[in-house]
Formats: sequence, structure tokens, C-alpha cells
Amino acid sequence: MIKHILKRLALLIPTLFGVITLVFLMIALAPGDPARVMLGERANAEQIAQLRAELGLDKPLIQQYGLYLSRVVRLDLGKSIATGQQIAREIADRFPATIELAWYAMIFATIVGMLLGVTSAIRRNTWVDYTTMGGALVGVSMPVFWLGLVLIMVFSVWLNLLPTGGRMNIRYYFTPITNFYVLDGIILWIKEGTPKYLWSAIQHLLLPTIALGTIPLAIIARTTRSSMLEVLQQDYIKTARSAGIREKRVIYRYALKNALLPVITVIGLQFGLLLSGAILTETVFSWPGIGRWIYISIGARDYPAVQGGIIFISTFFVLINLAVDILYSVVNPKIRLQ
Amino acid sequence: MKKAILILCVLLLVVPAALFAGGSTEAVASGADSKMGGVLVFGRSGDSVSLDPGRETDGESFYASTAVFDTLVEFVPGETAVQPALAKSWDVSANGLEYVFHLREGVKFHDGTPFNAEAVVFSFERQFKQDHPYYNLGPWKYWGYMDMDNIVKEVVAVDDLTVKFILKKVEAPFIANLAMDFASIVSPTAVAKLGEEFKNNPVGTGAFKFVSWTKDSDIVFDRNADYWGGPVYLDRLILKVIPDATSRWLALQKGEVDLIDFPSSEDIPAMRSTKGIQLIQQAGLNVGYLALNTQKKPFDNKLVRQAMNYAIDQKEIVEGAYGEAGQVAKNPLPPNMWSYNDDIEDYGYDAAKAKELLAKAGYANGFKMELWAMPVARPYNPDARKVAEIMQAQLAKVGIQAEIVSYEWGTYLDKTDQGEHQAAMLGWTGDNGDPDNFLWVLLSEPAAIPPAGNIAFWKNREFTDLLAKAKATADQAQRDTLYRQAQVIFHEEAPWVPIAHSVVTVPAKDAVKDFVLYPTGKRVFKHVWLEK
Repeated sequence: MIKHILKRLALLIPTLFGVITLVFLMIALAPGDPARVMLGERANAEQIAQLRAELGLDKPLIQQYGLYLSRVVRLDLGKSIATGQQIAREIADRFPATIELAWYAMIFATIVGMLLGVTSAIRRNTWVDYTTMGGALVGVSMPVFWLGLVLIMVFSVWLNLLPTGGRMNIRYYFTPITNFYVLDGIILWIKEGTPKYLWSAIQHLLLPTIALGTIPLAIIARTTRSSMLEVLQQDYIKTARSAGIREKRVIYRYALKNALLPVITVIGLQFGLLLSGAILTETVFSWPGIGRWIYISIGARDYPAVQGGIIFISTFFVLINLAVDILYSVVNPKIRLQ
Repeated sequence: MKKAILILCVLLLVVPAALFAGGSTEAVASGADSKMGGVLVFGRSGDSVSLDPGRETDGESFYASTAVFDTLVEFVPGETAVQPALAKSWDVSANGLEYVFHLREGVKFHDGTPFNAEAVVFSFERQFKQDHPYYNLGPWKYWGYMDMDNIVKEVVAVDDLTVKFILKKVEAPFIANLAMDFASIVSPTAVAKLGEEFKNNPVGTGAFKFVSWTKDSDIVFDRNADYWGGPVYLDRLILKVIPDATSRWLALQKGEVDLIDFPSSEDIPAMRSTKGIQLIQQAGLNVGYLALNTQKKPFDNKLVRQAMNYAIDQKEIVEGAYGEAGQVAKNPLPPNMWSYNDDIEDYGYDAAKAKELLAKAGYANGFKMELWAMPVARPYNPDARKVAEIMQAQLAKVGIQAEIVSYEWGTYLDKTDQGEHQAAMLGWTGDNGDPDNFLWVLLSEPAAIPPAGNIAFWKNREFTDLLAKAKATADQAQRDTLYRQAQVIFHEEAPWVPIAHSVVTVPAKDAVKDFVLYPTGKRVFKHVWLEK
């Protein structure tokens, strides 16, 4: 087991090395002089030269790469051009918002997705199945950006039920404690006796959660369905049924557990992908997280920030996958033995 | 397992339902008879970088700092002329090298410390005296952008309420620079106390006191009850970040915000017909143009340049490419800038006249040319490619075959400022509201030396002399006359085909009163009130 994990950890190094190299080349090979592009119409020769020196663009490419690599290895992602702040700090400031959203989106996608998948599998080829799977197909193909705007239009503007964006009613003048707003809401409920912060946090979470969770939900539903169908045809299920065990017990206790393996893979992958989906969701819902920060940094041509952001998200993605692999061997002893 | 799923389902269904009950925002009760009171929320597209205006260069940062800080002189609301602010008045020495400012007495910073000459000296010296204890809190970028190192020699406190600026050269636009945000007066006590953190906790003399800043989300300000410039009506001002333009519009419709910045131009017709929404509009302080390289054939010939002006129909271009976000230009200056010469008659669209001029210049059968279009959207030109296509069709009608050329943005700027083009589109956004900031940078002879700001490479002695004279004259009325004359020469010589100025639109609830857009791009709330 430990050997397995260590092996996986060792594999992380070349993967991340590849990511860092790609991210570096992405900027280095971008057309035009980044300094010139960043300064625009008002630049004079002196300012361009100064910015080039600041970015290290005046050095040979290979030397730039060496410098970049040595900094990243020391966990120094450099400073943002736009704000002059350490990029690591910029990320740390925004990560809680993104994680909170991604976490609830994943819970939503997993629970609803699995329920729908199992239902479809049991009622195979009935209208329930067709509707669910049809819906899943629509869900997968829905652009997040568009879905987000439609949700705001319907639930916020027309029905006037939920806020259009942000994380908390701005008129509450709330100071974050942990930066996880639901958690902060609970803390303040205990401390100040008012649940209004918690309610507001949850209200603000609902729409982005649905927008961000829809695609993973659809994928999880489809995977669960096909995996369940396969398991339901196996001999031990027939045996269980013929032994007179209640149907629900057969399905949830015996079948689902074994059908779970591919579903876990999908959940892991989707959780990683959620961070990139978050770029769009966070932008539509004015959610102050990492995705939106990267989006703004791209617009501002803040190259060090974009590089740092991508390296961070990639690392996170790789780590999630590692966690899934480990979980795998917990769920399925066969993998451990191999 | 089953139980867990059941509980979660119930939670998922019940929690939102419970939430729906306690939704809407509370109304603010206040004295109904006065303009006083209320919370105003402004939905804007991006967050401030920091709240110290000396350090920053972006409009979003200035939105916030303008609320907290004042300057010695300020722009007249809605105009580019300047008026007294923290300085009651000022005198200029006969040689134009000394400006003496008489400061307003009794003004206090938000931290209670007095505003005085020492604070003014502090606010400026920190930006250029390298041995100043807080110089290292920079970089002081705008100081560099406005070339202040080559303008200001010294700032001296004459007495407690008198400050003298000693200049290195005669530079009339200098006074307009002092109305810009980077010239804000900061509390020396607060800077000394907070150091690096001052940029997150600004202390000034402005209409609003800084309360809190949640990054990427909102900045909250409270009314400064002791404001020197008359009553501030709003109890609170909140700048809320909503990056997506459609989301901003939805938030305004729902009433979560009271006014919004930068609507997408496709939404504007719908906004106009929405009840309870007003559109506040003003021309932006910019110009988009097609520069004709006067050093290259055939644009070395004035007649050809004039023909181009007749052949290109700006009205069609604005309708096709700008929509609601633009208005036709006839001068290099935007129409809301002082000294804008409205007596100049637009060339207008006249294909026959264009052909006639071309024939006179020896191009009866037209010619082939390269038409350079920028690869990026700018406020003064949202879609240069589309503009180029419309121009191409218009030019074809008079026998000119234009081939559209574009490069990646950085390369485009490099090539144009070296003069590699025949005719290239570009534009400019003004900083300080002074005509010099357009005419000198874009059309003077010194600006035609590569890397050039004058990408028509137009070298007109008479024109440049007028500008130089205006630079050296402190009297605003005289300067006004000189710039008007300069525009006449520009029109006759036609080094550009001026295309358009952007139009800035701020949609707001009808209840928002006395909000005025500033040409310089500021968003100022000190006189705004809410109808209750």
C-alpha cells in the first residue's frame, strides 16, 4: 500500500515538471513582446525596457527557463504585475472561495447524479430512464456560461428568489473569519445568535452550485447507470435475489457498492475539472475565487499570475487524482494486491 | 448508506425552500423630505488594485480612491476644465515657473489630523524624492507617465496654508495634472502609521471615509460628515465587483445595485425601454482614427488625404461597428474637451468630391494601398477589423483598392511607431483632460520621431508652433484660442481620417439623482443622492 502511494507520488514529479515547462513556453512563445503588449499605446522605449528587465525577458530563453524553474521549485511563483503582490498570497486569498463552491457543486453532482443513475438503471428502458438520460445529455452539452445566466434570469430576476451573484449580502458588512462563508455563517450563528449570515451564504451558493455542478452531475449519472447495469446482470445479484433478499437491499448494498469503482474515478476527474469550469461560473456569478482571478489576469495580460494560477490548478488536479487512486485501493482490495 | 442519502435529499430540498422565505433586502428608512440618506451600490467590472492612487494606473483603482481623497484642483463635474478644490486659489509667476497654491483652512483628514502645506509637500515628495522615507512604497507609475520628473523641480511649504511648486520648464497643462488621481493628498500621519498597509487602508480628506475592502467583492465607504465641499448625501457607498456585463445588467434589473458600469452595447436598447432605468451617457475622452502616413506615397499629397476624408463615411462605420458605443469624430479632440472647435465643418461623405480630388492629385484611376487594422478591441475602436472592412468597401467606390493588414498587438504597435505603414488605425485615451495631452502627443513634430506617437508622421511647423505657444501660456482663454487655430490647420491638412469617439453609458435606477459622468473617466459620488 505505502509502496503504491510512493510510486504514485514519484510519478507526480515528471507530470508537474511537464506542466511547468508548458506554462513557461506558453508565455515565451506567445507572439509579440509581452512587455509591449502589456503597456499598450502609451509606452515609451524606456518603460518597455524597464518592464522587460523586470520580467527577465532581456535574458536568453534558456536562462529564463532555468531561473523560472529554480524559483518554482522553491515554491516562489513570483509577483503579479497588476498588483505587485506575491502570487502565492493572491492564490491563498482566493482559494477558499473556489474550494467552497467546488465542494458543494461536487456534493450536489455526486448525490443527485448517483441517484439518477441508479434509478435509470433499475427502470431501464422506461420513460424514467429516457427522461433522465435525455436530461443528462442536455446537461453535458450545456455551456456553463449560458446556464449561469439563464439561472440568474429565472431565479433572481423573474422569480426574485435568489441573489444574482457574490458570496454574501453586501449590506450585511460582513468580515470573513475563515473565508469559507458557510463555515463563517455557522460560527457567527453560534457567536452572535443570528443565522442570517449562514442563510445568505447558502442562498448565494445555490445557483453557482447548480451551474457548476450540472455537467459533472450528468456525467456521473451516465457512468453510474452503465456501471449499475453491468453489475446488475452478474450472477451474485441473481443469487441474492433468488435468496429472497429485499430488492432495495440488493441494489444499494450489493450492486451499488461494486458499481462504485468507475464512478469514483469519474468523480475524481470531474472534481479536478471543476476548477476550470469555475473560471466561467465564478465570472458569471461574481464569485471572488481563483477561476475569476485567472480570467481577469488573462485579460490584464498579467503573465506571471496566469502562469502561477495554471501551475496551482494543475498541481491540485494531479493531487486529486492521486487521492482518487488511493481511495480506489481502499474500496477495491484487488487493486492493493496487484 | 440509504439513510445518509435520504437525509441529504431532505436537506437539499428543504434548505432552499426555507431560504426563499427570508430573501429580499431591507429598505432604508430615512427622512423623506431631504436628499439625505441611503446606501448606493455601484456595480463595476473589476476590483481596485490598491487604494493608494499614487501607485496605481487603472481606472478601477481610481474609482475607489476618488471617494476617499481630494486633489488641490479638481475637474468641473462633467467637464475637462479645472476648478479649485483643496486649494482655494493659485497664482502663477510671470515666467510661468512658479505656482503658488493657497490652501483651504480647517480641512481635516479622516483620521482627525489637519490638512496643511506639509501634507501637500509630503504627498508629492513621496513620489519623486528618492530619499523620502516613503518613496520605497512606490513605484509611482503615473508620476512617470505624466513626465512629472521633467516638469516639477520642487514642492515647498511657504507657510502652513501656502504651497509653492517650482517647475523645471514652462508647462501650462501641469495644472490639469494636479486634478488627476495620482496627485491626491494623503494623510502623512496615516502613511507613517500604516506604511505598506496604507494602500489597503486609505486616509484622505474626501467625501467618503474608507470602511472595508473584501477583495474581488466590494469596498464600503461611509459619509464624511465633516466634508469641506458641502453635504454628502449618501450614508454609504458600496463599490461592488460584477465582472460579467450581462450579470451586471441582471443585478441592476433585480435592484441589487443602483447603477452599473460598462454595459454591453447590445443590451443598451433593452435598457432604454426598461421602466425605472435611466441611461446616463457621455462621450469618452478618446479618439479613434486612421493615420495617413504623410511620409509615404500617395499620402504625402494633401489632396489625396482630403479625398480619403471625403471617401470614408464615418456614419456608416459608427453604425456598423460601434453601435451605441460611439459617435462620429471630426476633430482630433473629443467634443467634451475645452477648446474643441465645433466651427469646423465635417468633411462628410462625398464620393464625387473624393474622385475629383484624386484626379487633381494625379490618381484618376485610384491606387492600391495597405489599410492596417488593430487586432484588439479598444474603447475608441471596438472592432478595427470590421471598421477596416467597411472602409475597404467605401474606398473601392472611389477606385482605391485597400488591402487589410493586421499584426499581433505588440508587433502592430512596434511597426506603426516606426512608420512601416501606409495608413494605420489607432487611437488615444486622454489622461488629464488637457488638449495638449492629445494634440502634442499625437500630432506635434517632436512626436513624429520613432518610436512615434504621431504615426501620421505629419510635420507641420505652424501647427507645432501653435501647440508650443499654448504649452507656454498659463492663460486658459489664450490657450483655448491657440488650440482652436491648431484644429483648423489639422482639418485643412488632413493627416488623419478621424473616425469616432466612444460613448460611455452608465445605466442607473431612476432614483439615482445628480450622477454626472466625468470625461476623464472618474466616477464621482459626492453629490449623488437617492430619491426615496
